[in-house]
Amino acid sequence: MPDSILKVENLESWYGDAQVLHGLSFELKKGEVLALIGANGAGKSTLLKSIAGLLPKKTGTISFHSTRIDHLAANDIVAKGVALVPEGRRLFPSLSVEENLILGGQVARKGPWTLAEIYNLFPILSEKRKLPATSLSGGQQQMVAIGRGLMSNPDLILLDELSLGLAPIVIKDIYALLSKIISNGLSAILVEQDVNRALESANHFLCMQEGRISLAGAPKSFSKDQISAAYFGM
Amino acid sequence: MVWFNIIIQGILVGGLYALFAAGLSLIFGVMRLVNIAHGDMIVAVAYLAFVIVKATGLHPLASLILVIPIAMVLGYALQRGILNRTLGKDILPPLLVTFGLSVIIQNGLLQIFTADNRKLQAGALETSSFPLLPGVDIGYLPLLQFIVAIGVIAGLQYLFYKTALGRAFRATSDDAETALLMGLDKRRVYAWAMALCFAVIAIAGIFLGVRTNFDPAIGPGRLIFGFEAVIIGGLGNLWGTLIGGVILGVAQGIGAQINPGAQELAGHLVFLMVLAFRPTGLFPRMQG
Repeated sequence: MPDSILKVENLESWYGDAQVLHGLSFELKKGEVLALIGANGAGKSTLLKSIAGLLPKKTGTISFHSTRIDHLAANDIVAKGVALVPEGRRLFPSLSVEENLILGGQVARKGPWTLAEIYNLFPILSEKRKLPATSLSGGQQQMVAIGRGLMSNPDLILLDELSLGLAPIVIKDIYALLSKIISNGLSAILVEQDVNRALESANHFLCMQEGRISLAGAPKSFSKDQISAAYFGM
Repeated sequence: MVWFNIIIQGILVGGLYALFAAGLSLIFGVMRLVNIAHGDMIVAVAYLAFVIVKATGLHPLASLILVIPIAMVLGYALQRGILNRTLGKDILPPLLVTFGLSVIIQNGLLQIFTADNRKLQAGALETSSFPLLPGVDIGYLPLLQFIVAIGVIAGLQYLFYKTALGRAFRATSDDAETALLMGLDKRRVYAWAMALCFAVIAIAGIFLGVRTNFDPAIGPGRLIFGFEAVIIGGLGNLWGTLIGGVILGVAQGIGAQINPGAQELAGHLVFLMVLAFRPTGLFPRMQG
């Protein structure tokens, strides 16, 4: 049995006074990919932000490598080995491509990912390394965002809406590289609007609805109708 | 030749204004904080240098060795202890707190040092000069001041665009939340920025004290000069800040030549013109 890397128990999170997550519990094992699916507003991104430490108002426990991280700030959580590739990429506009990548490695954890390795994975970034990061195309910016997340050599990478705003051909390329990225024991949680693509890429999935888990398990264990029913709350 | 001399002297004075402005620009650039107490901090550091020079007998410029590290520690502590608590989505709290600090610093200095004028004595450096052309003499002190200003701006430019700390400053300025995801604690990044600002304030304060008499009430005036230089040059452009200081210095020199009472007015008018016709300043914000 692979080791548990992340254990979430009875997690509740708030944006101000509005409660978004209601008692979520799940576990992720080393090397696994978990897909989070659900309609807009289901709480998928909120769950990722809660794990990454960006939402301080929460109850319940989040354990990473069997150590509680729910009380830590985001900058300490990334140092423990959890990287978030945020929705909308959120690259630093006054930094070049290379500076964005280097900043991702700021926490200096040991591991396989170096600047050279990122350029091997995404050769186009090497050509454009001196350009301002936000001057690149949407797909290339997503590569920078993924590369920046990998530069911290995380044990768990949280990928929020990788395909948002990208052309289908670019999404296909990025997902083709994803299997290469998620190797060597790296675990991932994937939030994706494209349900089929998410389920194809994942070992397990959680379907969320209004901040609660409406269905969970291995993608092959459920029919499309069952997943659709959980997705739309029918 | 009179006008040429005025322009040269104005350029050299502009170096001091650029020093007033550089710290202001740095802090606004990194954390969007308009430090109303900036001028008073410059004056407070001039008093700190005054005390150190009295106690140690050091030349005012040599006292920088002590004044810079002390000022940096004060800046770091001020940011961690007070200013970080005021920073958020609302821009009003930091404005009010730095306004309060301005009042506290002025009254504190008044209490300790009285309203008497003080000056840092730099000996022959204050008055010695060399002739550039007939009718145009260059003072060693204004020249040194200008060279130091160029050095400070070049140093800040290097730090911002070529070092890890500068990268952290720019990233946190762009998006503090995403910077957290890179392991950058914005409270610490801001504190380092304030420490660096205080190093520049230390240099500005000592040149101010060597150049003119100072008393506890002159801080707000220095803030205005610094603020005008930043706006003229363009927010987020360090070399623009230097040029903004030079333009302000030259404008004041020309104003004083026309009418001695119009010295400051001429600078304010140039500032107003830039604000009216090019509100983002003469030079664009620099990118990575």
